[in-house]
Parts: sequence; C-alpha cells; structure tokens
Amino acid sequence: MTAPAAPTAPTVLSLRGVSKQFGAVAALTGIDLDVAAGEVVAVVGDNGAGKSTLVKILSGVYTPDGGTISFHGREVSLGTPADAQAIGIATVFQDLALCENLDVKANLFLGQELRPWMLDDVAMETRSWELLRELSARIPTLDVPVAALSGGQRQTVAITRALLGKPEVILLDEPTAALGVAQTAEVLNLIERLRGNGLGVVMISHNMDDVRAVADRVAVLRLGRNNGVFDARTVTSEQVVAAITGAADNVVAQRAARRASAGPRADADPRTDTAPRPDSGPRKEKELP
Amino acid sequence: MTSLDTPLGKAADRQDERLATPQGIGDAVRAAVRRTRDGDLGMLPVVAGIVVIWTIFQSLNQTFLSSTNLVNLAFEMVPLGVIALGVVCVLLVGQIDLSVGSVSGVSAAATAVVMVKHEQPMALAIAVAIGSGCAIGWLYGQILNRFGVPSFVVTLGGLLAFLGTQLWLLRDQNAINLPYDSPLVKFAQVWFVPEALAYVFAVAAGGGFLAVGWVRARSRRRAGLSSASMPWLGLQAGLLAAALLFTVYYLNRTRGVPWMFMLFVTLVLMVHYVLKKTKFGRSLYAVGGNAEAARRAGINVRAVYTSAFVMCSALAATGGVLAAARLAAANQSTGTADVNLNAIAAAVIGGTSLFGGRGTAFAALLGVLVIQSISSGLTLLNLDSSYRFIITGLVLLVAVALDSAARRSRQAHGRG
Repeated sequence: MTAPAAPTAPTVLSLRGVSKQFGAVAALTGIDLDVAAGEVVAVVGDNGAGKSTLVKILSGVYTPDGGTISFHGREVSLGTPADAQAIGIATVFQDLALCENLDVKANLFLGQELRPWMLDDVAMETRSWELLRELSARIPTLDVPVAALSGGQRQTVAITRALLGKPEVILLDEPTAALGVAQTAEVLNLIERLRGNGLGVVMISHNMDDVRAVADRVAVLRLGRNNGVFDARTVTSEQVVAAITGAADNVVAQRAARRASAGPRADADPRTDTAPRPDSGPRKEKELP
Repeated sequence: MTSLDTPLGKAADRQDERLATPQGIGDAVRAAVRRTRDGDLGMLPVVAGIVVIWTIFQSLNQTFLSSTNLVNLAFEMVPLGVIALGVVCVLLVGQIDLSVGSVSGVSAAATAVVMVKHEQPMALAIAVAIGSGCAIGWLYGQILNRFGVPSFVVTLGGLLAFLGTQLWLLRDQNAINLPYDSPLVKFAQVWFVPEALAYVFAVAAGGGFLAVGWVRARSRRRAGLSSASMPWLGLQAGLLAAALLFTVYYLNRTRGVPWMFMLFVTLVLMVHYVLKKTKFGRSLYAVGGNAEAARRAGINVRAVYTSAFVMCSALAATGGVLAAARLAAANQSTGTADVNLNAIAAAVIGGTSLFGGRGTAFAALLGVLVIQSISSGLTLLNLDSSYRFIITGLVLLVAVALDSAARRSRQAHGRG
C-alpha cells in the first residue's frame, strides 16, 4: 500500500473511527478520512462498501454510532442536514433534487429566497450570475426551466446551488454517473475549479477514469472499512481495483492480463475494465456457454 | 446590491455569445412571436378560445355581446371563478380537491342559517362560513399528511360528507332566502362601481402596470442586468389601459362594473402576488414540481400541502357565500351538480397543469370566463343543460390536448 501524499493545506474535515450499524449489519467500521482545503478526495468502493452511508453521515442524514467528526480540528455533531450545511458541508446527491418546472435562479435559491414576502429577483439573479461566473459555468440564460437543460448543465446547477451557502467542503455523490463524454468533462472541469477556489471536495465515484483525472487522493472502502488511501498521481488502476475487491488476483486483473497477452489494445477501454462488479464472473460464464 | 462586471457593454445576463440580445420594440415583438411558435403559449390559447366562443355566440344571437348580457356575465362568473382560484392553488402542489362544490354549498347554507335562522349579523355569518372552509382545508391537509391518503380519495369523501352536511343544515326547509335589503345580496345584485371611479380604476391599472415594470427595469439596469425596453413596456401598458377603458365604457352603457367583479379581480391579483413574489408561492411551485427536491431544500412540504388545501377550501367557501348572495338564497342544490367539475375545468382550461407545478392565478379568471360564456350563450339560445355539458366537455378536451401538444413543442424547442 502506498503512503498517502501528505496534504500541504490544513485539514478541514477529519473523520476518526466513524462507525454505523444497521441492526446486525456493520455498514461502516472505524472509518478514518481527512479532507484538506483545495483538495479532491475520491472515495471509491464496490457496491455495499459503505460509500452512500458515509455520504449520508457527512451530510447529516444519518448520525454515526461511534467515532468523531472534526471540522477545523473542532469536534462537531451533524444531527440534521441543516447542521451539516450550517457548519459548512454541502452535499450534491446523485439525483440532484432540482425542480424541473422552476427556472435556474429559482432552483439555485430554493428554500433560501431573499426577502420572503417580496422576492428580490434582481439580487438573486445577480448572485446567481456571480456564482456561475466564478465556476466559469456554461449556462447561457437563467430564465429557462431546468427541464430544458442538459445533464451536465443540471449537475452544474446542483453544484452551484450547494455553493450558495459558502461551504468549505462539498460532497459530490456520483457526479458523472449519468453523463455523456463531453458533459463528464464539463463536470470534471467544474470540480477542478472548486478545488482551485480552495474548497475541499469529496467525490464518490464508480468511475476509475474520472477519479484518476481529478482526484488528489483516492480513499478505498471495502465492506465498510478503510482499505487504503492512495496518491492519485502515482497509483495504478490495478492497485485501486485490488484494494476495492480485496485481492490482487481478481476478475478485473485476470481480464487485463488476458487482453494484454492477446494484443496491443490491452488498455483500450480501461473504463469497463476497472469497474468491477461482484457478479461479473458468473455473468461471463453465461455469455460464453 | 453589487453590480457585475459587464465586458463588451452587455448586460450581465446577456454575456453568453449564444444568446441573441433583443433591442427595441421590433425585437421584443419578434421574440414574443418566436416564443409562441415554440409552444410557450401562455394565455394565448384561452384568449383565442374566448374570441372564438364569443364570435360564434354573437353570430347566433345578437344579444350575447350586448352590454346587459356582459354585465350579467361579470356577475355570474364570480362565485365559480373564486372557487376555481382555490382549485389552481391545490393543482399547483400536484393535489386535487373534488369537494370544492360541496364546501361552497355548506358555506352557503351556513351563511343562511346563521344570518336568517339565528338572526346573527352578516359579518359573523360570513366569518363562520369562511372559517369552516379553512377548517375543512386544514382537515384535508392533516389526513393527507398523517395517513398518506391520496387527496383524490380524501376530497371524494369530503364531497359526500359535506353534501350531507349541507342537506342537514337545510333539513327543515329546502331553501333559506336571504333578505333582499342585506348588503350581501345588494353587493351581489345591484352594487356597481360609480362610472367615473371605474374609469379611474382602468387608468390606474395601466399606470400600475407601467410603474411596476419601470421600477423593475430600473433595478435590473442598476444591477447590470438586461431590462425590458421602455417603449415596449409603454406599449403594453397603453394597450392594457385602452382595453380596460373600452370594457368600462361598454359596461357603463347599461348598469356598469359590478363591485363583486372587482372583488374577484382583487382576489386574483392577490393570489398572483402570493404565487409569483413570495417565498411561500415559490414553494407551492417547487412542491408541485418535485416534492422530494423541495423537502431537501428545507421546505416544509407538509405545511405547504396543508396551506394549499386551506387556501382552496377558504376560497371555495367564499365562492359559496357569493353564490348564496347572488341567488339571494341558499338551497339544497347550491354548489351541487356541475360546480365541482366546472371549477376544476376552469382552472385547467386557463392553463393550470393537473400534474402540478404549472399554472397562474389568471388561469382561473380566463378559464371561468370561457365556461360562463358557454353557459350564458346557450341559455340565450334556449338550449338546455345537455348541450352545455357536451360543449363544456369538448372545450375542456381541446384545452388539455392543446396544452399537451404545446408542452411537447416546448420540450423540442428547449423551453421546458
């Protein structure tokens, strides 16, 4: 296991020994995680590794059963989503939670409109443009309903909305899962700009390409435990996959080896190669009876 | 308010080079035409519908567009219109209220019982009626929130239960007549806005439109955002004032503009303000569009449902009081028969979506104008209810079909 790159910026969010139990199932056991300002930490893991549980704990949806969460070195409790937001942790959930019938600026300020009894549309629109310009986001007009936007633009709106409360840490749950190639690149650019603006970014992802493209460090979860933190610049996909699946000799490595011996196109499609699923073995047998 | 950097001398919201920047009246008109062609129809279909319906009825019977008949129309549309205004609120949050007719009937009966049978002051009678409307709406909200019973079922139960309540309230006599000299009845039958004052209102409406638009444009310019051009704004305000002045002139040729109609317009404007310019109104649209997203944005979705039902039932009760006043009586058939479905149809014909999140207060005004025009026209032709039901049904179908087609066009043209 490679030693994680020592973060140069001060650590903002720090988890020590965080655990969560659902009945007899230990969803998370003794999780440690550090996020520094201006750093992108990718959290990867197989289905059931505890990624979603971790997101929900950090966003205040679940309360952990054990361990401590500290923000700027001070221990905090995240009892409700409002607590998490007040402290400075914003979350963009996978389903974005946008109202498609409302226009972009109404969505950005939903629930925190300025001047409740006589909406200050001008101030809200001005602030919306400021935020979008900060992110160099490519949304031509704020007057269209969100239903008319592309997937990448919607993701941009959701992320921009999370920034409205001036958070220091932003959690992105599968930000590229439903996006095409160009839109994925757009969102990855956006994540880099968040980092450039000094935010700590926690990105949950299945996609090894995206993780290696933007992350500074990769934290692997396996069956609810820490299974290594890697420097994203030096780690190989094989190492991460090994940590995810818990073995060096896994289905994904076997495939890679077989294709490497078969021809020069071995790494042609790392996206499919490095996204292992527990059932990929049996499925392959079905495909080749 | 901070001003944004505006390179290239363009407004902050017009920076993207993909955007066309309209300049002057010609561009504003062209943009409006393009919007319409893309399927962003707004109020156009219902206005066109009214023109068609009025043309047909006028050609069949010369008295249809007479001043007398239009004054009558202005009276007749108010009770149903107020009820439809409430229905808009409930449809906006993606729920439905099938019991508005029964609630208006109960409220009419309650008004009459308190005022005539118990000989209490008129104000108390109206307060009891509207108060019980609020209570009914609150009850619907609680049942919906706590037990998760779909509003369709809750209000279907309410339809029957409150119809029963109305019959029980009027069990001794079939109808209770309201005294003709009571202000309530006069308000609904013989009180008109003085001629000169009506003209003042018409001019004030145009001036108000211009003032609101000017203030808005000025604050947008100061913030470095694009704003409507003043000539365009002036043109709209002028057209509005001219149309209203002509209406007032035409109605003044006989009896004039009823105060009851002014009450309806005031209610529509109030609901419009609440929907468009308050955080609460915004949350109604948000809950109707995506309740889960609204909840995560910190909106109390249950409270929004409850307040939508309270608004709806309170307005339905108000409509009931006005219906009783108009008739100068509350009887066992007040608010029954087609009132429920006409109120919902009016809201939908006006452009309110049955699936939530889309609609305006003006939908109630224009929708009810369509429905009452049909009803009035057929009455003049001495045709019975059978035709009225069939024609109203067809118009509703056309309105919804047009809305669906327009929605598909909007999606194809990226207007959501």
